[in-house]
Amino acid sequence: MTQWSGYLGLILQGALVTIELTLMGSVLALIMAFLAGIGRVSRFSIVRALATIYIEFFRGTSIFVQLFWAYFVLPFVGLSLTPLLAGVLALGLNVGAYAAEVVRGAILSIGREQYEACTALNLGRWQGMRHVILPQALLVMLPTFGNNAIELLKATSVVSLISLADLTFQAQVVRSQTGSTLMPFVSVLVIYFVLALIISWGVRSLERRMARGLDGVRV
Amino acid sequence: MEWDWNFVREIMPTLIQGVKITILATVLGSVLAAIVGLAIALARRSPNRTVSRSVGWFAEFIRGTPLLVQLYFIFYVLPDIGILLPPLVAGVIGLGLHYGTYTAEVYRAGIENVPRGQWEAAKACNLSGYNTWTHVILPQAIPPMIPALANYFIAMFKETPLLSAITVLELMNQAKSVANTYYRYIEPMTLVGAFFLVISLCSVVLLRWLEHRYGRIER
Repeated sequence: MTQWSGYLGLILQGALVTIELTLMGSVLALIMAFLAGIGRVSRFSIVRALATIYIEFFRGTSIFVQLFWAYFVLPFVGLSLTPLLAGVLALGLNVGAYAAEVVRGAILSIGREQYEACTALNLGRWQGMRHVILPQALLVMLPTFGNNAIELLKATSVVSLISLADLTFQAQVVRSQTGSTLMPFVSVLVIYFVLALIISWGVRSLERRMARGLDGVRV
Repeated sequence: MEWDWNFVREIMPTLIQGVKITILATVLGSVLAAIVGLAIALARRSPNRTVSRSVGWFAEFIRGTPLLVQLYFIFYVLPDIGILLPPLVAGVIGLGLHYGTYTAEVYRAGIENVPRGQWEAAKACNLSGYNTWTHVILPQAIPPMIPALANYFIAMFKETPLLSAITVLELMNQAKSVANTYYRYIEPMTLVGAFFLVISLCSVVLLRWLEHRYGRIER
């Protein structure tokens, strides 16, 4: 029982790597989501096609395959990635593709009259998007973004298979060193669950903050 | 390193072997998920507060934690308490339980969409609880859920590579062992990606058809 604290330290180190991955992956996913989501509603067919190919490709193959591809195949074409970089890239691009559909759906959910108002105010396409459409669409996207972030958190466990020392990896280390299975896996499951709760709580409070002053404006 | 078609032809039979296991795991997992989901959805509607609350928390916990860690849990912890499962069975149970918590939400929405009048009519016809469910509620609730359920089964299909972590010889594992034997990663990994992309794209077509066939609620 005495050395549990040391092993717990190992697991907490893994938690830090998991949190780091989740944050970096989320930032990349957010950027990709807006690029591809706005690309899907672009008026240029080439941009629409590119965005559609990106989204279908990354949603069609699993995160696991993409990660292995990034880690094992890219080095052969001269692009060597560290496990962390490969992990962030695969997670961000994968979840970004899912979130892009959320962005598109939210933009399309804004009523016609808002677009007409933009035209009436003589706003350009980009100005209208930036000042009228996106601020309203953001609120529609937020809850689903929260779910996507939790999916990303859960997907980070896969990086343990390319030898990145995240929570799941450390659980395996503790298992192989102590032979105990219950303690490492239960504690890791609990940590993941707490992180997921923190994300959903954070998104909910952000949503409340952003919805302030919008009562009665939205139908 | 160049793409080598001869090597592709050589490894194809091994990969096809893997595809079969992947599909088998998906089908069995889907069946289990459909059953588990229904059980969770019914338990959450139970009049007994303790049952509905604890099942609700259990489902929430499973949904908030990564499938990979759950698979490890089933594969490594259960043998310690005397339950020794073959890898494929452990994998199917993991997939079924994890996605069962998602399908439970689909069932819940589907059941809540059955109008109150149907419940009252069942009561007026003096149907027992069991008959109400099997003859009135479920036949109306299930068809509109089919597209959403299929969606989760496709998602499950994309998560099957995780089973390679608990030594199931599915597509990803076969590809990895081929890659490690010949030390050529480009072809096996890319082929795995291609397999997944092709099957996913086909299933998207199937999904569109299901949506067309069952998506609308006939009233």
